[in-house]
Amino acid sequence: MLSHRAIDDTTRFLKSNQLALIGAVLVLGWVIVTVAAPVLAPYDPLEQNIVDRLQSPNASYLFGTDQLGRDVLSRVIFGGRLSLPAALLVVVIALGLGTVIGAVAGYWGGAWEEVLMRVTDVFIAFPTIILAMAVAAALGPNLSNAIVAMVVVWWPKYSRIVRGLVLSVRENEYVEASRAVGATEGHLLWRVVLPNCIAPALVMATLDFGNAILVFAGLSFLGLGPEPSTPEWGRMVSDGIQYFDQWWISAFPGLAIFTLVMAFNFVGDGLRDALDPRLRQQI
Amino acid sequence: MQRFLVRRIILLIPLLIGVSLVAFVISHAVPSDPMNAALGPKAVSDPEIVATYRAKWGLDEPLYVQYLTYVGNLLQGDLGRSIINRRPVADELGRFLPATMELATAAIILTVLIGMPLGVISAVRRNTWVDRVSRVISLIGVSVPVFWFALLGLFVFYARLGWLPGPGRLGIGVEPPDRVTGFYTVDALLMGDFQLFRDSLGHLVLPAIVLAGYSTGLITRVTRSAMLEVLGQDYVRTARSKGLREYRVMLRHALPNALIPTVTVLGLSYGSLLAGTVLTEIIFSWPGIGQYAYRSSTALDFPAIMGVTMLIALIFILVNLVVDAMYVFLDPRLR
Repeated sequence: MLSHRAIDDTTRFLKSNQLALIGAVLVLGWVIVTVAAPVLAPYDPLEQNIVDRLQSPNASYLFGTDQLGRDVLSRVIFGGRLSLPAALLVVVIALGLGTVIGAVAGYWGGAWEEVLMRVTDVFIAFPTIILAMAVAAALGPNLSNAIVAMVVVWWPKYSRIVRGLVLSVRENEYVEASRAVGATEGHLLWRVVLPNCIAPALVMATLDFGNAILVFAGLSFLGLGPEPSTPEWGRMVSDGIQYFDQWWISAFPGLAIFTLVMAFNFVGDGLRDALDPRLRQQI
Repeated sequence: MQRFLVRRIILLIPLLIGVSLVAFVISHAVPSDPMNAALGPKAVSDPEIVATYRAKWGLDEPLYVQYLTYVGNLLQGDLGRSIINRRPVADELGRFLPATMELATAAIILTVLIGMPLGVISAVRRNTWVDRVSRVISLIGVSVPVFWFALLGLFVFYARLGWLPGPGRLGIGVEPPDRVTGFYTVDALLMGDFQLFRDSLGHLVLPAIVLAGYSTGLITRVTRSAMLEVLGQDYVRTARSKGLREYRVMLRHALPNALIPTVTVLGLSYGSLLAGTVLTEIIFSWPGIGQYAYRSSTALDFPAIMGVTMLIALIFILVNLVVDAMYVFLDPRLR
């Protein structure tokens, strides 16, 4: 639900922050390309045309063709259909999981908090790509396992953030007021405290979106993502390694990852500035 | 200060136990069977070979016994042997770690040299074109996929322009220097062999730049916002109103305070650089622990996976500890 105020706020934010505006336009562009991929792509992304293999960019193949004669442009256009939903899924599941764990730890405190936060610490102690790589390899290389592996490394930061938010929100007077009129503890946590933590947590998740796309592409590049023939950007870059002189095989899918991630980071950077009250003060 | 550090070190124990448990669970409680990778499909179909193999490597014991055995060996510095090449994992890690550390250290030096000045200038000249350019640079740094950046760099500077050497730590047929530190550049200098030094430095440049991209972007923005915050403080205004020169206000009054958050992020970046070398090392054929981690993961060589994840997690944790100690050192209020 978008209220008028939300729309006004968004417009003002984008007007005052050109980078964020450019980012938002780029993100929107990629979303449109991804949704309209079957209409926009000149060829079937899976269709092999051996006669036309390894062609450099030309009029009929704007981005050239790969080692199996597939149209690189069409594959790049279809690539967003994996990366965007995968990143969204990772962030949403991890946020859900992290929220539950962080909320329980922050609200109930005591032994619960101690145990849950120590577990969180353990998972944070592992560097992202190493843990994701080990989990994905152990489960077996495919798309859903790559997502599972990313969720395993992604939830702890959210549980830390949400715990911190819950700790501060539960001190508010309206929580005390609800308790006074007889709300149960469960009601207080899920209906009173958490809804007030969701907005900042969502912002954090948005800031993280570009990163999720990067890590997903990285796993896929390592061969730990979707199947080899799938039009996925990271995978396409790695296909191009053996065809070093045919630069276009790797260059275009890499450029796709780069522009999409950068677009998200432009928006995120603007958001962070707008929301950080310390930076608002005039110097 | 001492009590703080002692407390932190004591807290490491449950953390390390947790880390070893997670690493153990990942490498054991998984659908993929490492035996397929180690023995090949033909041998796996023979129950006798499988039974012998399981007994030999202790795979027929219950999981908790396997874990306790592992931890027992771990405490004696024994990380087990690789299932694939039978070499002791600890020796392998010792062999591969210096290459990674040399690369990560070079990258962190670049990060400090580029990111911090860029962040400071950006804050001082806030909302000018200098600031905008530096923000775009830092955002590009955190957005570029490292594997693609690496390929691009190799294509342009090695294949096309020929300015920099190709993958690897040294040119083909070049003998590595005698091992003192394991850093080829440093060891070559220690031997007084400048030819070798130039060769190893040349090979280090491109992977270090590629690896430094993300952390440079991060440090630039952290330095910028830390500086902006400090510049709004009363003591900076006081320093200015005393009539101090601007560079003195910046260097003596603002920068030391802005360094506190920057150093924290820098430390964390060094930890992630050590781990983030996986993709860079694969593309540059850099024989470090990132490449080792990748090879053992895909081969499901679980003693190796456990060893390398534990080592990297340990480094990560220790770096954090050092960062916390630095924090106390940099901020006298915490002493």
